[in-house]
Amino acid sequence: MTKETSSTLLEAIKQGIREEMEKDDSVFVIGEDVGRYGGAFKVTEGFLDAFGPDRVVDTPISEAAIVGAACGAALLGMKPVAEFQFIDFISNGFDMLTNYAAKSRYRGCGSIGAVFRGPCGSGVRGGPFHSLNAESFFLNTAGLKMVEPSTAYDAKGLIKSAIHDPDPVLFFEHKKLYRLPRLKEELPEEDYRVPIGKARVARGGKDLSIITFGAQTLNALDAAEKLEQEDGVSVEVMDLRTLAPLDREAILVTVKKTNRVLILHESSITGGIGGEISAIIAEEAFEWLDAPVIRLASIDSPVPFAPQLEDYYLPNLDDIVDACRKLAAY
Amino acid sequence: MEAPKKPLSCTGNTALTDEQLVELYRFLKITRMFDEKTVRLKKQSKLTGGVFTSLGQEATAVGTAYALEPQDFIAPLIRDIGACFVKRIEPREIFLQYFGRGTAASRATDVQFHFADIEKGFVGPISHLGDMIPVMAGILLASRMRGENRVAAAYLGEGATSTGTFHEGVNFAAVRKLPLITIVENNGYAYSTPTNMQCAADSFVDKALGYGIKGLKVDGNDVVACYEVMKEAVEHAREGKGSVLIEAMTYRRKGHAEHDNQAYVPEGEIEWWAEHNDPIKRFELFLENRSVLSGKEMDAIADDIKDFLDREADAAESEPLPEPQSAGREVFDNSVVPPAVRKDVLKR
Repeated sequence: MTKETSSTLLEAIKQGIREEMEKDDSVFVIGEDVGRYGGAFKVTEGFLDAFGPDRVVDTPISEAAIVGAACGAALLGMKPVAEFQFIDFISNGFDMLTNYAAKSRYRGCGSIGAVFRGPCGSGVRGGPFHSLNAESFFLNTAGLKMVEPSTAYDAKGLIKSAIHDPDPVLFFEHKKLYRLPRLKEELPEEDYRVPIGKARVARGGKDLSIITFGAQTLNALDAAEKLEQEDGVSVEVMDLRTLAPLDREAILVTVKKTNRVLILHESSITGGIGGEISAIIAEEAFEWLDAPVIRLASIDSPVPFAPQLEDYYLPNLDDIVDACRKLAAY
Repeated sequence: MEAPKKPLSCTGNTALTDEQLVELYRFLKITRMFDEKTVRLKKQSKLTGGVFTSLGQEATAVGTAYALEPQDFIAPLIRDIGACFVKRIEPREIFLQYFGRGTAASRATDVQFHFADIEKGFVGPISHLGDMIPVMAGILLASRMRGENRVAAAYLGEGATSTGTFHEGVNFAAVRKLPLITIVENNGYAYSTPTNMQCAADSFVDKALGYGIKGLKVDGNDVVACYEVMKEAVEHAREGKGSVLIEAMTYRRKGHAEHDNQAYVPEGEIEWWAEHNDPIKRFELFLENRSVLSGKEMDAIADDIKDFLDREADAAESEPLPEPQSAGREVFDNSVVPPAVRKDVLKR
C-alpha cells in the first residue's frame, strides 16, 4: 500500500521547484497561468501565495516572450523555470530556444542557466496538438540539454539538477505519468539531485536490452516481466533519463552486456532519437552485436485523436514483446 | 523632392552643456568613421563576412543612447553601432569581431558586434529580428526582482516590427509595465522592401496605442532631438510608468549591406538625403551656429578619431586567428560537458 506521504511524479517536480525557490531567491517561475491558476496541470499550485507575483510570473499567450524573458533573466544570473502549458507549444518558442538560448554561451554573450519545462507525450487522447514528444526537434541543436524522467525520484532529482545547470535544459514531463498511482513513491527527506547526462538501468538483465525513456520505460518494464515469465528471457531496461547529451557510455555498456538491442520511443520513427542511438551502436559496438538493432516507435503520422487511431499510432506492449522475441531468437 | 528653405540644423531646445555637445559630436563622428574604415578594410579583403553601416542614420542610435545611465541596458541592431560606442564598447572589440580573431569577445564564433558585455549594459543582437525585445524584457524582470531601477533600450528597424517576437516582446513588457524603450528606426527600407510594403499604418508610433504604452515620434537625423525624446522616455520608464515606443524618422543611405547596389531606390533619393538631411552636417551647423566648435576644431577631432581608429584596427588585426579546434568549445560549460571534437575516422 502506498502511504499518504508518497509522491506522484507531478508532486515530485513541484516539490523540487518549490524547494529550490525557498532556498534561492534567484529561482523563479514564468509561464501562462502559472500564478493564480497554478499552471494547467497544477505544477505551480500555491506558488503565487508563497512567493508573490514577481517570482511567479504570469504571461500573455506568448511562448517566444516566455523563452526570451527567461533567457534575459538568466543573463543576469537568475535561474528561471519557464513552463510551456503543453510541450506542443514549444514550437512557438523554437526560434528563441534554438537561436538565442542554445547559442548564447557559444557566442560569448553569456550562459543561459534556465529550465524550459512542460507536459509532453501521447496516449492520453490529446490529439495532434496536445500529445507531442519534441526531443527530435532539438536533438540536432547543439547547446540544449534535454531531460525526461520516468520515476518520481528522478523527476525531483533531475528538476533540481536542471535548475542548477549552467546551460539551458529542456525538461519533458510525460503527462501520462503525472499522477499515475504506479509511480507514487516515498521520496527521501534529505535534499538530493540526480545528475544530468546519466542513464539508469531500470531493470537488470542479460539476454537483451531495451533502451528507452519516459512513459515507454513502463511499457518496457512490463514487457520484460512478461518475457521473463513466459519465455524465460532476461531483459535489461535502460531508462536514458537524459536525451541530450546522450549517455553514450551507458548505452555501450548495456549493448556489450546483452549483445541484442531494442530501441523504443514514442515519437515518430523517422528522424527520431532512436536513429541516433542506433548509429552510435553501429559505429562503436558493431562487433558486439548478435542481432541487428531494432527500432520500435510511433508511425510516421501526426498524433491522432481517436483511441483506435492513437493506439495504432503508438508502439504497444505486444509490439515490444514481439520485437524482443525476434531479437532473442535471432 | 525639394530642398529645405534653409539648411537643416538641430533643435535648440536643450539643456545639454557644450562639453556634452562636443562628446555627442565625437560619438557621431566615430560612428561614421568606423563605418568608413570597415568599408575600406572590406575592399582590401581584410575582413570576412558582410559589412553593415549606419550611414545617414547615426544620430538616432547616438542621441538616444546618450540619454541612458551606465547601469541601463541596450540591445542595438546592425545600424546602431553608435549606441555601442556610447555604452563604452571600444572600436577594437568590434574590429576583433570583424577580423574574426581568436581573442574577440565571441572567440570568432560570431560576426560584427554580435557579442555582449553585460557589465557595460551591452546585450549584443542575434540576426533574428525582434528577438532581443523579449530578452530585454527578461533582463528588466530580473532587475526588478533584485530591486534595481534599470531601463533598457531595444533598437530595431521598421521592418522588424513585422515579426512575431516584436509583438510578443513589446506586449509582454507593456503588460508587466517594464521600463523598456523600443526604438523603431524608420529608415525607409528593410533590405529592398519599402516602408509601405511593411506596414499599412501611416505611422509606426501608432502601434504604441495598441499596446497601451507611451508613443513618441522624433526626427531621427536630429541628434539633439533624439537625445531629448529619449530623456523623456527614460524618465517615464524609470518612474515606473511603463514601456515606451519611439519612432525615429531617418533614412538608410547605404544598401542592406555593402553588396547591395540599391537599384530599387528611386533616382535622386539617396543624393537628396546626403545633400539636405545628413545628421552630421546638421549637427555641425548647429555647433558652429552656437559657437561650440569651429570648423577647424571639428577637423582636429576627425584627425584625432582617424588616428585612434587606425591604431585600434591595427591592434585588432595583429591578434591571432582562432585555433580551429576551439570551434567545439563552450557549446556547454566545459567543466560539465567536454568540448565537441571532430573525430579521427581512421582511429575509430
